[in-house]
Amino acid sequence: MADKTKDEILYDHNHDGIDRRGFLKCMAWAGTGTLCVMQGGVLKSFALNRPSDPGAAVAKGELSFVQISDSHMGFNKPANPDVAATLQAAVDKINGLATPPEFLLHTGDVSHLSRAEQFDNVDQILKSTGKQTFFVPGEHDVLDDDGKQFRERYGKGSKGAGWYSFDQKGVHFVGLVNVMNLKAGGLGSLGHDQLEWLEDDVKNLKSSTPIVVFAHIPLWTVYPEWGWGTDDSAQALGYLKKFGSVTVLNGHIHQIMQKVEGNVTFHTAASTAFPQPEPGKAPSPGPMTVPADQLRSYLGITNVNYVQGHHALAVVDSKLG
Amino acid sequence: MRIRVCVAGLAAPMAMAAILLLGGAKNSTLRAQQPPAATAEVKIDNFSFGPTAITVAAGTTVTWTNRDDIPHTVVSDDKIFKSKVLDTDEKFSYTFAKPGTYPYFCSVHPKMTGKVIVQ
Repeated sequence: MADKTKDEILYDHNHDGIDRRGFLKCMAWAGTGTLCVMQGGVLKSFALNRPSDPGAAVAKGELSFVQISDSHMGFNKPANPDVAATLQAAVDKINGLATPPEFLLHTGDVSHLSRAEQFDNVDQILKSTGKQTFFVPGEHDVLDDDGKQFRERYGKGSKGAGWYSFDQKGVHFVGLVNVMNLKAGGLGSLGHDQLEWLEDDVKNLKSSTPIVVFAHIPLWTVYPEWGWGTDDSAQALGYLKKFGSVTVLNGHIHQIMQKVEGNVTFHTAASTAFPQPEPGKAPSPGPMTVPADQLRSYLGITNVNYVQGHHALAVVDSKLG
Repeated sequence: MRIRVCVAGLAAPMAMAAILLLGGAKNSTLRAQQPPAATAEVKIDNFSFGPTAITVAAGTTVTWTNRDDIPHTVVSDDKIFKSKVLDTDEKFSYTFAKPGTYPYFCSVHPKMTGKVIVQ
């Protein structure tokens, strides 16, 4: 699926700015090494093994931030015996970016077992970026205490189970929590209170305001058999229908996936800890062990660039090695 | 003479029976006799409970052991029992006193479901 050469794809038959053939090329799994950069509605693909930092090829925007996810601090099984080292590698990559990010988003599973020392360890490693990190919890972060510890650490000013919003350079960011009160046999869940809050939170915003939503479990149905989806995300997305640019950033599945639907770009990040199999390619979605010298090629960070006037954000994934 | 033999013949087994009975009685007073506690095992592995459904007698203690390389929990659908998070090799036990059907799931990975049927 990945091309070794850089190509610009400009098939725009539907005249809606979405390049569908390019999009199919860009539905890349981690390991096939394709970056998708969307600027102004046009998808460009870059092979990840190009020597230059693909982030430098993206126009220097007005706002740049990094998404990391699934650090699983405390995990120590064969898939990655040292998740602190790979998180440090992610931080080194962030610190080496041509355009430094304004801040970081962490889309959850910060810890592996919700233990204080695991959260402390992540905080310590992220400190060296010198940037603020905005967190949302994964299911591994709310074990045994319904997320109380997580909210105390990372949820100042948040509501309910820990949802909140903030604005940066004209972009409206919404952190959602979809890992609480999960029902037997179900998927991720936002719940009535959070949905009501979201509707109210965005209702007075101009439709030209770029929106970035970040939550742990994907807000679209990636693979329901493995719980990779959110039961009530359609309602949330309904409240965002009026906006010209919506970027949804998720984690949980430990691989890069991207999907474009109208004005909404969905993106999941790689983990900084360990990869998981592609949907249906293994009996279960657990940690996938790969040869040690290839591990870092399955892990990564995501660089997001917003240029005022461009209606879509540029989302660029980079491998750790 | 015949009668004496008969009486002697009868006496021996009866004496033996008496000794056996006494011996048995002695044993039962020295050790408290109880039926062995019923137990059952469920293994958690590869994001599933095995067996998915088990049937046990009332009073059975079921023990779940996590053999997966990811933590899981055991939570009753009806909030009757709830384990702490179980990392690899950790266990959770619950004794089912009353008959009924007890569906449960992993609250971390809710697609993982199982049930205990108590008869």
